Amino acid sequence: MGKTIAEKIFASHLVDNPSGDIQVIRLDAVFCHEITTPVAITDLEARGMDRVFDPARIKAVIDHVTPAKDSKTAMQGKILREWALRHGIIDFFDIGDNGVCHALFPEKGFVRPGYTIIMGDSHTCTHGAFGAFAAGVGTTDLEVGMLKGVCAFHAPQTMKVSITGELAAGVYAKDVILAVIGKLGVNGATNRVIEFGGPVVDAMSMEARMTLCNMAIEAGGTSGICAPDMTTVTYLWPFIQDEFDSPEAALEAYGAFTADSDAVYAEEIVFHVGDLVPMATFGYKPDQVKPIAEMVGEKVDQVYIGSCTNGRIEDLRVAAEVLKGRHIHKGVRGVLSPATPAVYKAALKEGLIEIFMDAGFCVTNPTCGACLGMSNGVLAEGEVCASTTNRNFNGRMGKGGMVHLMSPASAAATALTGAITNSHIYTGGE
Amino acid sequence: MKSFNGKILFLDRSDINTDEIIPARYLTEITKEALKPYLLEDLEMTGFAPERDVAPSGAVITRANFGCGSSREHAPWALEVNDINIVIGESFARIFKQNMFNCGMMAVELSRDVLDDLMTRFAGKETELVTDLEAGVFHFTAAGEALEVPFEISDFDRALVEAGGWVGYADQHY
Ligand code: SF4
Repeated sequence: MGKTIAEKIFASHLVDNPSGDIQVIRLDAVFCHEITTPVAITDLEARGMDRVFDPARIKAVIDHVTPAKDSKTAMQGKILREWALRHGIIDFFDIGDNGVCHALFPEKGFVRPGYTIIMGDSHTCTHGAFGAFAAGVGTTDLEVGMLKGVCAFHAPQTMKVSITGELAAGVYAKDVILAVIGKLGVNGATNRVIEFGGPVVDAMSMEARMTLCNMAIEAGGTSGICAPDMTTVTYLWPFIQDEFDSPEAALEAYGAFTADSDAVYAEEIVFHVGDLVPMATFGYKPDQVKPIAEMVGEKVDQVYIGSCTNGRIEDLRVAAEVLKGRHIHKGVRGVLSPATPAVYKAALKEGLIEIFMDAGFCVTNPTCGACLGMSNGVLAEGEVCASTTNRNFNGRMGKGGMVHLMSPASAAATALTGAITNSHIYTGGE
Repeated sequence: MKSFNGKILFLDRSDINTDEIIPARYLTEITKEALKPYLLEDLEMTGFAPERDVAPSGAVITRANFGCGSSREHAPWALEVNDINIVIGESFARIFKQNMFNCGMMAVELSRDVLDDLMTRFAGKETELVTDLEAGVFHFTAAGEALEVPFEISDFDRALVEAGGWVGYADQHY
């Protein structure tokens, strides 16, 4: 019987099967940020277990609230910083070098096909774009990961989502994943790994695949995952060139983490995107999705471009193309947070930051900030935000605020008119 | 191993979510102990007042889908620092249940009939629970009432409880 990608990764990392379908797997990386890790650190200290399994396999960043906004967030940063220093965690990213974890760590080459990764953060599923098994976990799982380099999971069930057809101009990975979540529902993939495949995914850049996998959790999925291919190898080449003689050799090795043709899936779905149009969410759940065209004219107070979903250079390019030579509507606040320092620098070099600023956007440092309503663009009660992030829960970006999730192109167009807008009026396209 | 004995707090409602167990505004706390005063602060239920009812408890008996909502492990912690190490109900949200056993605590399912019976006999009375983990039996006692109820948990969950949680288990095994 053939295996899915997740099953192959589990089989190659299995440490123990304590009972039933519980599989304890070895971890290749444990990622940490300053919101969920400090509690794990203080608990390990209280137990007299202030150790780490392997400082080289732990990567840590202060990204959610940075620079600190108050004494409590300053303390969260301080605990993480001192812990990283004390344990010789070299890959620790503090102010000046820091960016949103799920954008920063792939960019640093910390994710490889076949890797197993956990983090105390639900959007850890993003890293599945590289053919890795990457899952968000609770604090105790994180603690054990930091201490022992293992984690227990139920044997993975995989749901295959094949995306076919051709994306129309002005329709992006964000529109695809919003539509998929709309179809699956917020519990549609619970306890399952979503394996994304098909010609549309094959043609996607790594950035677009990350956008896709990032939101797997919004359908309840444990992780998203894409088969590694030449696009993956090309992205990773600067980091793996010493390991392999050629990109082809790397591709062959990573072939170990593609699904067998007779793999058994818990469920298979074919999603045709030939006639897909730009989408947005309208309620407080990420599966409440409809075409932007049906929401046109709804007023917004703020437009946010950034986050681990859509704060990468491709996203900034798309938004800048809409904004170029134009100015955002008077009643709207535009906030751009490039996801990482590298994205910020590239955007400066390409002249994108100037376009954003000339259009009237405020450009913040790389941080999660407004995405979870912690800083740099929190909404007031009753305000509405068009956002390129991934969660529209009630109060997510500020108590009493409403969030409409959409692509960077749609968000930029919305900023220009002050109300939900389809970007095609500026760019041509659908 | 933790204690699974003590006075019972009855929460006769389904779908009590993690925001009701511990509101999001306390997630910037960095110690479990700091959560102590806030357990069930936002739970609105007739006849329930957190400041009056929470403090002297050792166990919770509730209905279906307890612990739904966010994955925050602050929910078991808020219970733990109030000496509540066991929740008995008809069903639990998956992550909440996992988090409970990961903390060496217990989330145990009983049928609706048994829960109805427990609520009828004991709710409103000063009721004590004594858990015999080895035999898999709960002993409930109140003035003029006593009841034994068998229960089951999986082998792995039992091992986690015996090890005091996933950290202790992993430390012994890996
Ligand atoms: S950008 Fe938002 S969703 Fe992504 S890690 Fe930060 S807070 Fe979470």
